[in-house]
Amino acid sequence: MSLDADGNASPAAASDGLVISRGGMAALVDVLVRRGFTVVGPTVRDGAIVLAELRSADELPYGRGVELEAGRYRLRERSDGAAFANSAGPQSWKAFLHPSRVREWSADRVGDEVVFTADQVTPPRYAFLGVRPCDLRAIAVQDRVLTGGVYRDPVYEGRRSGALLIVVECTEPGATCFCVSMGTGPAASPGYDLVMTEVVDEDGHHFWARSGSPEGAEILAELPGHPADPETQETARAGVAAAADRMGRTLPEADLRELMAGTLDAPRWDDVAGRCLTCGNCTMVCPTCFCTTTEDITDLTGDHAERWRLWDSCFDLDFSQLHGGPVRASSRSRYRQWMTHKLGTWYDQFGSSGCVGCGRCIVWCPVGIDITEEAAALHDWTRSGAPESAPESP
Amino acid sequence: MSAVAPPLPYRVADAWDETADTRSIELVPAGRELPPFSPGQFAMIYAFGVGAVPISASALRGRHGGLVHTVRAVGAVSTALCRLRSGDTAGLSGPYGTGWDLEAAVGHDVLVIAGGIGLAPLRPVVHAVLDRPAAYGRLVILVGARTPADLVYRDEIESWRGPARVEVTVDRPGQGWRGAVGVVTTFLDHLDLRPDRTSALVCGPEVMMRHTARDLVARGLVPHRVQVSLERNMHCATGHCGHCQLGPLLLCRDGPVVGYDRVAQLLLVREL
Repeated sequence: MSLDADGNASPAAASDGLVISRGGMAALVDVLVRRGFTVVGPTVRDGAIVLAELRSADELPYGRGVELEAGRYRLRERSDGAAFANSAGPQSWKAFLHPSRVREWSADRVGDEVVFTADQVTPPRYAFLGVRPCDLRAIAVQDRVLTGGVYRDPVYEGRRSGALLIVVECTEPGATCFCVSMGTGPAASPGYDLVMTEVVDEDGHHFWARSGSPEGAEILAELPGHPADPETQETARAGVAAAADRMGRTLPEADLRELMAGTLDAPRWDDVAGRCLTCGNCTMVCPTCFCTTTEDITDLTGDHAERWRLWDSCFDLDFSQLHGGPVRASSRSRYRQWMTHKLGTWYDQFGSSGCVGCGRCIVWCPVGIDITEEAAALHDWTRSGAPESAPESP
Repeated sequence: MSAVAPPLPYRVADAWDETADTRSIELVPAGRELPPFSPGQFAMIYAFGVGAVPISASALRGRHGGLVHTVRAVGAVSTALCRLRSGDTAGLSGPYGTGWDLEAAVGHDVLVIAGGIGLAPLRPVVHAVLDRPAAYGRLVILVGARTPADLVYRDEIESWRGPARVEVTVDRPGQGWRGAVGVVTTFLDHLDLRPDRTSALVCGPEVMMRHTARDLVARGLVPHRVQVSLERNMHCATGHCGHCQLGPLLLCRDGPVVGYDRVAQLLLVREL
């Protein structure tokens, strides 16, 4: 059962879902908090829309949009008051599911022995409010990487298994977005517990909410609203469809895996290496980049040691360190590793692309390197009579 | 609850020098024991407070019944491991990765080619083949090292002569070296290879493996019958840290032992 705008019980939102107002959004956060979730969603902080714990829906970025370009991110006011008419910010959900810093275990010298102790942690139960479709796919990609193989990462699994995903479809793509090229948006694919589409029109500010899981349906049933009318549904669908036509970027229409594998010797890698600072920003903001390093520390007694796991970046010189030096010493090889992994070898390793088209790597690159532009340049090279990609001689 | 499994404590039963910078340590479980290792598989060995590194087992059953690993002191962790003495404790996890595919070599001549400490992951192969002589054809062991002083397992290598054909060469002979000088592939011309029924297992510096595998294929071996054991930086060994990529491969998961057919092209790309 759900309650209508007057708080009266109404037939539960069937397959058509429920239309809720800003008040309904406030109720949603309250319901989630009451159910024990740690609610995380977008909010304005430090001149950006970041993901942070929300105590109420008032903290959502109502009336804030973003202006994005390569190497540029600016907030701007929106007169329509929309909360979700802004594309990806600097963080992604991996900050919560695959934290940047985790203590894995500790070890203590006790007499002649060493005792290892696992770090038993009960993770919070997250409700992610405002997951964009591209980021929903990014979560699915990390699911496969971190829990889809022979070994499952217990840290990720523990945080992921209890997480409630509330997707908001995209109606306002940014200039750096290319989810259509990657087939990840702007409409939501399955995998969510709840999905919403934000509608601001002459009838007001609404969210068309549908459930995608039994738990999502239960939560929906607790919200004040009215069963979705055809007009609202149509406006919502039209908004999402229009977003698909307003992508700021595209990737070349080519088999990207083949393109990457076939251009390892392209001169374009030298060109991009001349611009790339190897700072690793792209890997930090990427919602699928998962690489980590380990840090082993001891206390002053020397008898207590800890193993920590930290996000790492393939742009770091130490990343490929072997005795004798790094395998990938040049910035050319490190940019190539990142991009060919993201768009190419990820398929071989994990069965999908590693890119979801969110555009974060473009926005947060300090020199504005654009993965879509680089891919296009490689594609052009193959079509302009590139030498048969003969491997370099040893 | 979710917790990353820590390594298991293993006690150093014995530790000894192999060369000036290389030691072997035999580890026995201090409590719970890891599942059995196959030849070519590796462990992550943790030195208290310093870190862990991937090391392939160099013997699956040492004199004390433990796992033997041979470690060259090249970094902070390996140096710490080389300082371990009998009675010390290390952390061990594993077994990880693909091992040498010895089943595929049944009925074949087995050609073991090692460069330097690359003999370590191959030594369990030699033991396995010597244990089941009827299952295989001829056993040929080619060992190369930079100098005579860099040869590991010198006495044991001598003990393999007889059941196996053994050839040893060094790049830079010192005084008193009466053996062969040069790269290990020079032996290939004098082996009476039967390419259609030979399995080759190769481990050494990457450039040595590349040349050796290429020469073997040039002599008629099918590329997938040439196995190499590759090395990359590794932090987790469980396919999650991303450090051990070689193009499409995660070497902790798809390796370290791979068929040359899968990596021939990859090994030709600089800095891949």
